[in-house]
Amino acid sequence: MVPHMAMPRMAEREFMRVRADMPPGHVRTPAYLRGKTGWVERRLGDFKNPEQLAYGISAKPAPLLRVRFTMAEIWGPDTAQPDDTIDAEIYGHWLEPVESPHAP
Amino acid sequence: MPHDHHEHLSPSGHPYRADNDHPLTYWQQMEIAIRELLIEKGVTTPAEIAAQIDLMDSRSPANGAAVVARAWTNPTFHQALLTDASAATRDMGFDIGPMHLIAVENTADIHNIIVCTLCSCYPRNLLGLPPDWYKSRAYRSRTVKEPRRVLSEFGVNLPETTKVRVHDSTADMRYIVIPARPAGTDGWAEDDLAKLVTRDSMIGTGLAKTPESA
Repeated sequence: MVPHMAMPRMAEREFMRVRADMPPGHVRTPAYLRGKTGWVERRLGDFKNPEQLAYGISAKPAPLLRVRFTMAEIWGPDTAQPDDTIDAEIYGHWLEPVESPHAP
Repeated sequence: MPHDHHEHLSPSGHPYRADNDHPLTYWQQMEIAIRELLIEKGVTTPAEIAAQIDLMDSRSPANGAAVVARAWTNPTFHQALLTDASAATRDMGFDIGPMHLIAVENTADIHNIIVCTLCSCYPRNLLGLPPDWYKSRAYRSRTVKEPRRVLSEFGVNLPETTKVRVHDSTADMRYIVIPARPAGTDGWAEDDLAKLVTRDSMIGTGLAKTPESA
């Protein structure tokens, strides 16, 4: 899906897509963002993977990123304020290049 | 009808709250069992637990208000807060533990609002416990979908030219909004400015008070 935010410096933005997976168990990626494309707002460094921490198993460091999405991307073009944005913290293993095919 | 059952209303006209003397829930029992085991095995002590509760109860929005007031008056601190809010608040003398804090700033063009859709993540180590509504399903689900309607219900009506930036606190960061400094406060001292900074203005569901409304 082509990101439709027409804002300055768009060419400099690093767009990523949240994987559309729905795995069981503890994850920190909200369902409403899965399959959606945003751009990296900032990188936060590595944090222990909460998907392992939650089960008391040895948690490996995982990169955490702040990703910014437009309301239009998340809720569709008819949303009241399409250019308002949502930032969320997403772990690197939940992000994929925009060009890759959607996860099944 | 609201007035059909006077026997259930207190003299002030509000319903009596039910006593919470129901049996312990599963998770209440679990908490007591784990706490007692930790004490029995010498991992912690009742005094340590009480001290931790006291420390949490001592934190309040006044801490955040002091941080905001300093950011309004001290450009060096303002920059430090935006660069690394954890370090800046620690340098100011607040014990925020291991919390990773990000400060986001409201301007004429941008209004920030904080939510945790997954649970109730909140910068407790600076601002104390969150308000009950922050944990409600309605606030958590609606803020990401219709933030301007939520804001208007809090009495904040933004012009269309102001962009709303919602921050979903989904993982390890906690957030504080630096509200816009009210007009008519030039030359005010930090302590006086801090009195204008409300809890809600640091969540983004409110604005700082004006000199007239303070």
